[in-house]
Amino acid sequence: MIEERFDAIVVGAGMAGNAAALTMAKRGLKVLQIERGEYSGSKNVQGAILYSDMLEKLIPDFREDAPLERHLVEQRFWMMDDHSHVGLHYRSDDFNEERPNRYTIIRAQFDKWFSKKAREAGALVICETTVTELAKDTHGKVIGVHTDRAGGLVRADVVVLAEGVSGLLGTRAHLREIPKPANVALAVKEMHFLPSETIEARFNLKGDEGTVIEAVGTISHGMTGMGFIYSNKECISLGIGCLVSDFQKSGVTPYELIERFKRHPSVAPLIEGSEVKEYSAHLIPEGGYKAVPQLYGDGWVVVGDAAQLNNAIHREGSNLAMTSGRLAGEAIFQVKSRRDPMTAANLSLYKKMLDDSFVMKDLKKYKDMPQLLHIQSQNFFLTYPQLVSKAMENFVRVDGTPKAEKEKATLKSFVSKRSWSGLFGDALRFARAWR
Amino acid sequence: MSQLPKAPAPQAPSRAATKKELPKHLKAYKHIWVFIEQERGQVHPVSWELMGAGRALADKLKVDLAAVVVGPRWDATNQVIKESFCYGADLVYVVTDDVLADYRNEAYTKALTELVNTYKPEILLLGATTLGRDLAGSVATTLLTGLTADCTALDVDAEGSLAATRPTFGGSLLCTIFTLSYRPQMATVRPRVMAMPERVEREVGRVIEFPLGLVEDDIITKVLKFIPDRESSKSNLAYADVVVSGGLGLGSPENFQLIRQLAGVLGAEYGCSRPLVQKGWVPADRQIGQTGKTIRPRLYIAAGISGAIQHRVGVEGADLIVAINTDKNAPIFDFAHVGIVTDAVRLLPGLTEAFRKRLSPHARDRLAS
Amino acid sequence: MHIVVCIKQVPDSAQIRVHPVTNTIMRQGVPTIINPFDLFAVEEALRLRDKFGGEVTVLTMGPPSAEDSLRKALTFGVDRAVLLTDRYFAGADTLATTYALATAIRKIGTTYGTPDLVFTGKQTIDGDTAQVGPGIAKRLGLLQLTYVGRIVSLDPEAHSIEVERRSEGGVQHLHSRLPCLITMLEATNEIRRGSVADALRAARAEIVKWNAQDAGVEDITKCGLKGSPTIVKKVFAPSPRAQKATFVEPSDQPPAEALIAEIFEGRPKLESKLAELARGF
Repeated sequence: MIEERFDAIVVGAGMAGNAAALTMAKRGLKVLQIERGEYSGSKNVQGAILYSDMLEKLIPDFREDAPLERHLVEQRFWMMDDHSHVGLHYRSDDFNEERPNRYTIIRAQFDKWFSKKAREAGALVICETTVTELAKDTHGKVIGVHTDRAGGLVRADVVVLAEGVSGLLGTRAHLREIPKPANVALAVKEMHFLPSETIEARFNLKGDEGTVIEAVGTISHGMTGMGFIYSNKECISLGIGCLVSDFQKSGVTPYELIERFKRHPSVAPLIEGSEVKEYSAHLIPEGGYKAVPQLYGDGWVVVGDAAQLNNAIHREGSNLAMTSGRLAGEAIFQVKSRRDPMTAANLSLYKKMLDDSFVMKDLKKYKDMPQLLHIQSQNFFLTYPQLVSKAMENFVRVDGTPKAEKEKATLKSFVSKRSWSGLFGDALRFARAWR
Repeated sequence: MSQLPKAPAPQAPSRAATKKELPKHLKAYKHIWVFIEQERGQVHPVSWELMGAGRALADKLKVDLAAVVVGPRWDATNQVIKESFCYGADLVYVVTDDVLADYRNEAYTKALTELVNTYKPEILLLGATTLGRDLAGSVATTLLTGLTADCTALDVDAEGSLAATRPTFGGSLLCTIFTLSYRPQMATVRPRVMAMPERVEREVGRVIEFPLGLVEDDIITKVLKFIPDRESSKSNLAYADVVVSGGLGLGSPENFQLIRQLAGVLGAEYGCSRPLVQKGWVPADRQIGQTGKTIRPRLYIAAGISGAIQHRVGVEGADLIVAINTDKNAPIFDFAHVGIVTDAVRLLPGLTEAFRKRLSPHARDRLAS
Repeated sequence: MHIVVCIKQVPDSAQIRVHPVTNTIMRQGVPTIINPFDLFAVEEALRLRDKFGGEVTVLTMGPPSAEDSLRKALTFGVDRAVLLTDRYFAGADTLATTYALATAIRKIGTTYGTPDLVFTGKQTIDGDTAQVGPGIAKRLGLLQLTYVGRIVSLDPEAHSIEVERRSEGGVQHLHSRLPCLITMLEATNEIRRGSVADALRAARAEIVKWNAQDAGVEDITKCGLKGSPTIVKKVFAPSPRAQKATFVEPSDQPPAEALIAEIFEGRPKLESKLAELARGF
């Protein structure tokens, strides 16, 4: 056993873990952070979106040295069928502001930088170390961790579980359940390397401007899912994710899915001639508010993806993770500074702070959305995109058919596929879930 | 440990521009030398390959090509001297002493260093073998001159300087390196990178003998024994006529036996790409490429290898490269001669069988009749 | 016993990409690792320390970020890490590299005790020259034992060592004297996993950082680009072959046979050579 005792052990060095470690270290707590990978971010090949606001709360001057790719000036939503897409395209020069709101980042680099900030604040970080088990006392209170390195138990007053969506520590210790396949998406991603000038030309960007494309439709084979394309400096992150339960049902492999997405005539020209870095898979919590587990207990809290804190509708995960890590750190600091023990009752402060923040409020707002999209996935991800696409073609193509007939045909196609009651029902359900 | 990655763009041109006239004392350095590597009377073929490359350089510079033979006083050494002329030497420098029977760094470094200081060659070439690399590093450091290791091409520029090309950045790029105001210009070249020149029967010519000036007591390191590799266990990959190799596309270590089976039917050596060695599927001495072996077979079959540049530089000398890969855009098809887009694991058993049939004496008799 | 191990932080070359237009290296996101060959040297040094007592110091020359590799070496249980970093060292070829490293090893000797052994890996995966080990040995006047597969015996009192050294056609059993420099062959041991205590110590350790002056460099012109007799004049991508591969697209026969037909098409000599080989010649 290691004689030393820490105020807190953070398991994991992703967004949530780094935010927690940094917050507590800055407050002078004695923090040990344990990461499985070779370094923070080493297991992460994700291209992602960074939200400035949440990071500013932790590191106000992050823009000075954080590895940021491009700031976003444009967002595109695509509804795709097999050969076309109907798009909504928002671009504003207002996003070319002094302190831009969103950036694309490459997680491997960003996380490494983030971890360095935690270390500089005084957190002790050990990598290539897997926490194998939570140690509990006879009352069931978590008192520390066991790792896969020789040396036995490492003690701490509280353990912050930031182990990611598929983390086994908390589930093995019966602190929460293994996420259900319907509450987890499997996303596959690739990095496509291209010269920055090529990326700028293809996406109509200049300098460090960036764009994001999010796409739904037949690309997901009727499963609940979404494709995305992010422009980084010298590469394009491209991927597609669907619910694990849908993959199980459909038998479609993630590999087929991404290959098809890449071959889509709207996507292929964007990545043509690129050099691909091998593809990777990643799990994303999608269960929303209803899937959030117990967040704290005697001697432990859970943050980030491990706690299912992800807003699937707005594709926001890292900022919820970061905020939950920060709030957990704040809560622990407050308990500690009152010299109170790290009991469930005292740590409930974390849940309260989370409830008061945008994290839980947003999740609550969309609490019915995951289920709706899931149950209705055939309609929302297959039927509607096809219908909308057909309608657009009908509208745009000039072939001598009178306009009134065209409109009638479009309407008919919607009604015959989905029936009036179906259409109204979907609209109503969607509006309710959004509200 | 080695050269730091040089940022090519900013520095190189500025220093290249500073290339000035050789200082007077270095102008005395003339002629090209090749160190003839031998182990117990057996000359390493790389030495003859270097004689071929050295001959071309010497002809361009209109200077002599000399072979340097270091070894014990026995008949085999005399035979090596004779062979050196048959492979194109204009003259041969010889250091013979019984303390040189086995390769030892101390004695060989002294022999070669003093020979260079006495007779002053402008270019000195060695094989990039375990012996050559051990010796070249010591000699270059003692002489305080430049050494370019593992070259893939040698040439001289308009001013007569050695232009040594080698892979850089893990074999992703090539770079051409010059040695500025230092002599000799040293380079090592790996076996099989240069073509084997034709041997032409010739008389023994000018031989210059040089004394070593060492006795056994001066040498600290002692060879207790030498255990030669058993022929059977030693892979003759570099010099094989046919090589079959596998890469990550095989999917699992078990599937590597498909490579061994095909190699067995073809009487070929088998090899692999770097990732397989890194994964521990195949021993390191079977690795083909920049960090492994360079091969020049008549037929090379690459199964499930994508063909990264570092692999490419190891196989480009092959007469015929056949690639099997599922990805039609894999870089291996850029330098293979014949390609087939398919899963190697599925193709190999049938290919092995088809080769077996086609090459069996029985089948050939039938064809003949 | 004091053992110095030289390691190098190298880009994971499997992940290096070349810009398709400008042919320059795209470094973005290329992770760095300890040169894999150096790990065998580190482990061998630790084993000797465990057996005979003493200390292991790791030394590297590189940019400030090379600290990552040193910290990692500390998690294996190495006692001390020295980072030699200075812009004067940049652009060094093997000769200039050995000058800087040899100077630093002398300084390590006067500061922490004269080393009995210096280890390096047999070569790096980026430079690939295998010349730095021998160069350091020569500059320090150490005996050199390269491509060592096994240390058979070592007697620190008698300053004697016996090793198996890989040579081109066999294995030499050599007897030599300490101090000496050993370059360790690959696959000779397996790097250990440090304990939690090692990991914690590594996370806390102060890395010794020396610039050229700290390391005792007297002649700065012998360092880096200035001290390098060789210059890189041109960097370029290998030119693509004019012709792409002929693709075999079997239609009426099994793919294996179609492939063999293409291989032997117009190459009767190759076929007879193969038949000869297949018969076991």
